Amino acid sequence: MKDRELTAYEHLRKRGISRRDFLKFCGIMGSMLGLKASGVEQVVDAFMAKPRIPVIWQHFQECTCCSESFIRCSHPIVQDVLLEMISLDYDDSIMAAAGAQAEAVGQETKKKYAGEYLLLVEGAIPLGNAGYCTSGGAAALDILKDYAKDCAAIIAWGNCASSGCIQHARPNPTDAQPVHKIIKGKPIINVQGCPPIADVMAGVITYYLTFDKIPDLDDQLRPVVFYGRRIHDTCYRRPCYDAGLFVQSFDDENAKRGYCLYYMGCKGPNTFNSCAVIKWNLGVSYPIQSGHGCIGCAEPNFWDYEPFYEHIPYFKGFGVESNADKIGAGLAGIALGGVAAHAIVTNIRKRKLIKGNLGEDYSINRADTEETLNNLEKKRDELIEESNKFSDESKMKSD
Amino acid sequence: MIKKNQDLREVYVWQLPVRIFHWVNAVAIVGLCITGYIIGNPPAIQHGTPPADNYWFGIVRFVHFVCAMIFIVNFLMRCYWLFAGNKFSRWFNYIPLKKKQWRGIRDTLKIDVLLITKKPIYDIGHNSLAATTYGGLFIVMILQMITGLMMFSVQSNAFWTPFFQRMLIFFDGFFPIRNVHHWLMWIFILFAIIHIYLVFYHDYIEKNGIASSIIGGWKFIAKPIVNDMEAEDAMEHDVKILEKQIKEQKKAKKKLLKI
Repeated sequence: MKDRELTAYEHLRKRGISRRDFLKFCGIMGSMLGLKASGVEQVVDAFMAKPRIPVIWQHFQECTCCSESFIRCSHPIVQDVLLEMISLDYDDSIMAAAGAQAEAVGQETKKKYAGEYLLLVEGAIPLGNAGYCTSGGAAALDILKDYAKDCAAIIAWGNCASSGCIQHARPNPTDAQPVHKIIKGKPIINVQGCPPIADVMAGVITYYLTFDKIPDLDDQLRPVVFYGRRIHDTCYRRPCYDAGLFVQSFDDENAKRGYCLYYMGCKGPNTFNSCAVIKWNLGVSYPIQSGHGCIGCAEPNFWDYEPFYEHIPYFKGFGVESNADKIGAGLAGIALGGVAAHAIVTNIRKRKLIKGNLGEDYSINRADTEETLNNLEKKRDELIEESNKFSDESKMKSD
Repeated sequence: MIKKNQDLREVYVWQLPVRIFHWVNAVAIVGLCITGYIIGNPPAIQHGTPPADNYWFGIVRFVHFVCAMIFIVNFLMRCYWLFAGNKFSRWFNYIPLKKKQWRGIRDTLKIDVLLITKKPIYDIGHNSLAATTYGGLFIVMILQMITGLMMFSVQSNAFWTPFFQRMLIFFDGFFPIRNVHHWLMWIFILFAIIHIYLVFYHDYIEKNGIASSIIGGWKFIAKPIVNDMEAEDAMEHDVKILEKQIKEQKKAKKKLLKI
């Protein structure tokens, strides 16, 4: 039995986690994934029967905030389980080995578990110049393609790997692209957010381990179970929104009362994520609860819609402060001025016409009408001729 | 002092569905712009009552959605009338495909917009420039409806919402769609300013009762212009009948040849 790989559960027990804590974890995951009671049983069975999932974790253009979120996740059990649930064979940021040794481990894992391992990607991939992001002398793009070839599925952690995040923001100097724009033909899960919620990361992996398939995804490849609803629709400040009670400035009375931050540019209405349900840091809080509007970090290209504290984004090319409303109001002003000027000029230029001194001049209309009438007449004559020909022919035949 | 004594004829230009569409559309757009602007930039109202005692923002949004639904249904009715209406309201007016329409656009620009030519031009229905602009506005309206429905889909369980929600997510979510929806609002406002001014302008210059025709449908057009139109109509009618005859004759000939 020595050859047999230990199951995820056995690893947990070895780490000193009690069965009670393990079951608690399974319960938490089951409820987060929206499973029924028998589904929790499935989670337990999966952990007890299956070996850990081999995982290769690659870092490209990123800030490691996804890893930070992952290793500091809400509950100590969740964190332990998470690290025991997967066999994190390669993660250059947190593994003990370094340099050539680390690379060797990565290649070995790739060979040993070909077709089985999960490739977790953190960070965007620059297409502009290979030199923008390298690891061990290899370009990010080559590393990604190399490891993606044999993987079972790819999980793209965070906004960088899912949609490019800040390095993809205009003008995108390194031509940074998310994973799903580069790799085709492999199942890809985008776990959005900057960073994603740790419990969501755990939930996605649990789902994969339990059911051996990727969860239901929307058209942006995000798991529907976590990204199916807006923060706005699950926010505890929503009643203040409908009541029209808005914080007008971060230091006013309304801010103290905990009113809606919509007026302060909160992007909760724009953002699909489960921050308001699962919350962060042991379920303590989430940005809106802490008094700051949502910045929409789980949406693609959210950096391009600055500022964070207004709803109507800047319009590039018309100065930093200009936006749709300012430009629109300006154009409306110009239109009103133009209309007034036109009215004045009309009264001068068209004086004769207005006073009826121009007589009955239809020459412009007439030129057009005559041409049309002539054309129509020509056409009619041609048609008559044609139809006559037909009747002649049929006469001859009948003769 | 009454100076002008033209021979005028009454022409029934705008049928009832067109007039209904126009006014319902106007009211809906005004409502949508006002409530939409408030939703984008809520005014500062400071008061101490708890959320349970207030619902004004919810009401503003509700009015926006009601106006939007009226706007959409009204537009669909007009789309039907694009094919069922009279020659002044049918679809071909709004797409400049004919040479005549382009000439009309050029003439209208010269005469009415830039005020270069002093001689007047008379149109019985829309002038070509106006009709083309309305064609463009129809496209803006469709875009506005689709982007609006995409955002609305998130908060409704109606049978058609999954389609629009998929579309929303496909087009990268609320950030871009919201932005487009907000920009397009300004097109309606700019359009309204110029559109209303031009009604005053034409009513004043051409003295054809264009303003009252929006209510009653009748315009007063100089006799020669109406006669020309009627001659053209009659000729077009003849051509159509002839074309039909020839088609039938060709068919009959084919049959004969087969036998």
